[in-house]
Amino acid sequence: MSGTAPGADRVIAAGGRAAGTTRRGQAVKFAVLLALAVLFLLPMYVLLVTGFKPFAEATAGRAWLPPRQWSLQGWAAAWEALAPGLWNSVQMVVPSAILSALLGSMNGFVLARWRFPGADTVFTLFLFGMFIPYQAVMIPLQQMLVSAGLMGGLFPLILAHTVYGIPICTLIFRNYYAGIPQTLIEAARVDGAGMLGTYARVVLPVSAPAFAVTLIWQATSAWNDFLFAVFLTGPNSWPVTVQLNNVAGSMVVPYNQQMAAAVLASLPTLVVYLVLGRYFMRGLMAGALKG
Amino acid sequence: MRRRWTSVSAAALGAVLVASGCGGGGGGGDQVEVFSWWTGGGEEAGLNALIERFEEDNSGIEFVNAAVAGGSGTNAQAVLEGRLQSQDPPDSFQGHAGAELLDYIEAGYLQPLDDFYDEQGLREALPDQLVEQISYDGSVYSVPVNIHRSNVMWFNPSVLEEAGVEEPPQTLDELIEALEAVEAETDAIPMAVGAQWTVDHLLESVLLGSLGPDGYNALWEPGADWDTPEVAAALEDFEAVMEHTQEESAAEDWQEAAQRVPEGEAAFNIMGDWAAGYFDELGKTAGEDYDWAPSPGTEGTYMWLSDSFTLPVGAPNEEAARTWLELVGSKEGQDAFNPLKGSIPARSDADPQAYADSPYLSAALEEWQAGPELAGSFWHGVTVDNRWKNDIDTAVGLYLQDEDLDGLQAALHQAAQAE
Amino acid sequence: MSTAEPAAGGAAPAAPSPAPRRRARRGAGRAAAWLPGLLLVSPSIVLIAVFVYGMIGWNTALALSDKHAPIDEGSFVGAENLIALWQEARWPAAVANAVVFTVFFVGGALLLGWLLGLLLEKGIAGEPVLRTLFLAPMAVSFIATGVVWRWLMNPAPAERATGLNALFVHLGLDFLVNDWWTAPNLGMAAMALPAVWQLSGYIMALFLAGFRGVPEELREAARVDGCSEWQVYRHVVMPQLRPVTLTAVIILGHMSLKVFDLIIAIAGKQIVADVPAVYMWTMVFDVRDPAKGAAIATYLLLAVAVFVVPYLVWTVRKERSEGR
Repeated sequence: MSGTAPGADRVIAAGGRAAGTTRRGQAVKFAVLLALAVLFLLPMYVLLVTGFKPFAEATAGRAWLPPRQWSLQGWAAAWEALAPGLWNSVQMVVPSAILSALLGSMNGFVLARWRFPGADTVFTLFLFGMFIPYQAVMIPLQQMLVSAGLMGGLFPLILAHTVYGIPICTLIFRNYYAGIPQTLIEAARVDGAGMLGTYARVVLPVSAPAFAVTLIWQATSAWNDFLFAVFLTGPNSWPVTVQLNNVAGSMVVPYNQQMAAAVLASLPTLVVYLVLGRYFMRGLMAGALKG
Repeated sequence: MRRRWTSVSAAALGAVLVASGCGGGGGGGDQVEVFSWWTGGGEEAGLNALIERFEEDNSGIEFVNAAVAGGSGTNAQAVLEGRLQSQDPPDSFQGHAGAELLDYIEAGYLQPLDDFYDEQGLREALPDQLVEQISYDGSVYSVPVNIHRSNVMWFNPSVLEEAGVEEPPQTLDELIEALEAVEAETDAIPMAVGAQWTVDHLLESVLLGSLGPDGYNALWEPGADWDTPEVAAALEDFEAVMEHTQEESAAEDWQEAAQRVPEGEAAFNIMGDWAAGYFDELGKTAGEDYDWAPSPGTEGTYMWLSDSFTLPVGAPNEEAARTWLELVGSKEGQDAFNPLKGSIPARSDADPQAYADSPYLSAALEEWQAGPELAGSFWHGVTVDNRWKNDIDTAVGLYLQDEDLDGLQAALHQAAQAE
Repeated sequence: MSTAEPAAGGAAPAAPSPAPRRRARRGAGRAAAWLPGLLLVSPSIVLIAVFVYGMIGWNTALALSDKHAPIDEGSFVGAENLIALWQEARWPAAVANAVVFTVFFVGGALLLGWLLGLLLEKGIAGEPVLRTLFLAPMAVSFIATGVVWRWLMNPAPAERATGLNALFVHLGLDFLVNDWWTAPNLGMAAMALPAVWQLSGYIMALFLAGFRGVPEELREAARVDGCSEWQVYRHVVMPQLRPVTLTAVIILGHMSLKVFDLIIAIAGKQIVADVPAVYMWTMVFDVRDPAKGAAIATYLLLAVAVFVVPYLVWTVRKERSEGR
């Protein structure tokens, strides 16, 4: 479970090839990967290209063609429509991602390395929570929040994303912490550390890859969520997904505006994946999500 | 007991968790939150005109526009439902006049507006059949703001000419002949139709055209008999029309399908009169790029639907909501809203000048004021409640997959019997 | 995946002692060892108990009642709603669509993810860029890409083609022009395409970890024995990928049953693309039949449970038997 290529990275970096490969084989692989990469980029291409067209040119018939006339009108209109939602989204995503990651980390630590009787059962029960269809809880959830007087602002949404993120964050951390040798925990104990001390001294310092995975995963799913957003918030607190949906609902659909808005709404999470993607990959490959 | 338990536990959890961005929400200072699905095009323009007027006349009240887009109102209706069930209603919401409103009334979500109507003199200003449709047990429950017509056939004169069709068809048989002519003589799509709901919309015009207004209206009595040879004949006409539609229709919105007519890609499209506003926005010219006639067989009948605004029980700002309803029900309000929206006003004392810019609206207003036969649209919530409407929609959707006409008739019959 | 043996409690060693006081202290000491852990996890336990199991209970109670309108009181009627669904025309068709979608989505993402992992696992020029590129679609929601996919998968025939059909015609590949998701029977396979696009990168990451976790010594040993590279893959590497594949199937499978945004964004609520999740939305919000909506949700839960529960039980047992 080493999670690193068996020396391949170093070999490639040194200009050589890994064992068991041939020059022709590598070339063929690269060609196939390139072709797949182009296919993968097609939807983004259409999104971007349509966003840069003026209203009259932004039709399905011209989807593949680059703009005859490059225009920023779609982007300006999209920004205006989305700006209030973008800030709401940020305010909602950051606390819920951090909270659920923290809770997941503490849970994962206890369930992996500071177990109590029945820990496995608790873990299994948590895991199952990952799988429930959210439509089923929508109206009971809303009713519960209203009768407790907790509706209003972004609180309900933050609550929902935090709570429903706990199972998967716990899974990620538990699997990750299973790789910490028991002896290290013992050593800390012998030194006199209690549970929290052990957590702070031994576990937290090595948790970075798992935090990377959970924060990225939680932030992305909260940012892109539509169902909870449209039910648990009012017009003053709508996140960007709801606003994006409203741009789409017009009678004469301004496709350039809509596609520009789609790109704008996706930009934060895309940037996160582009910039932090390697940490996500590293975390995944260190066994964080492989069960 | 359960409610108390959930409140206590939820409150305890709320205390445990760190809250951020909490607070906000309704009540408090003066505002009015109005819920609709008018988020684009002429609809939004019309709503904005009303909002502007409202804010001018009522500077102390903040207008909160809670419009939610999507699915011809179905997303908005879903969100609204959640709020109503949680007793967190907006101050006013948009609803189709008719049976659709009945669901809300029966659930106890709406306040009766009889005194409001008396104050504003609305019973005189609105047509009787319309007031009947928004009444329950003698009380009236919403304020209609417009009238749309469902049974309109849009066509492209040049395509018809090319096909050798001299006049727009006036009966379903003529329509089918015309469709065949277009198929044979031109490259155009004979009848453009869009996603499933537009097929429902087409069906109601065909039913009306085949059965006539009395036969059609009788279909909507609870327990009505749909298992008749007349209905079978209507459905056969429906099948014949559907055979001349484009195969990719499921992937097209109503706009994409309707647009084919003025673009010359299709000969006919049956769609409500909001299409006129859409064609105008596209820069098309009435009479040249497109023209209209009543759906075949429905001359003299106005198949109508109406948007209306309500006063929910427990509206946080009831005074402000009533002020909104006052504006919406007034002559000035309706004449400001409707020309932009692309509909004619519900009030019978409208000023025809306000609609003079639109050839379609002027003609429609004239026809409405002449007192035609009336038939309520089923798809747009006049004659059936949501359950019945959904049963019909499911039956039509299944028919589109298996093309079993007998099965369709049986399912439609069962839907009526279940009421 | 491994777990530790319960930490040897901070209590005294197991030497028996007749004095009750000391025995009690030993007992208390043992509990003191794991109690902090339990306390730390307890907020999550409470939250999950309420928001997951409480809601599931609420939903099940609704499903077993006859509360067919929001104003109904609803009383217990047993499995009536659950059985009645199968007598409709719409429900079995929706289930069939979901099955087709699941097969093509899980199969497609698995295959493509595996292929990408295979192509990348020995290292290649530009690997970091390629990996990020394939992973990036996960960042984008279907509300955003829905319109593009609708354009791309437009089913218009060759003479009016747009989207991918137009591309095929342009490239002279007319035989590829098809009806996409509007095709009867197998149309849902086309609906799986955007989902495969979105999740193959994640499956690729899983397989990459799996491939690279196979010790090089094993591969070398096989090569030394005269195996060709294909044989090395087939006999040494692939068998080690079973756990990863199983995990991937479970994750993809449960996502497939919940899929909703994608279908609504592309097809709206039409019968041609109907699946249980959309049917449920219609019942809860359009028709406002809480009991029927809850019954459908119950089936979704059961379908997920059928796969997930054995997997969870199997995993936990495996860990116990491995003594880790």
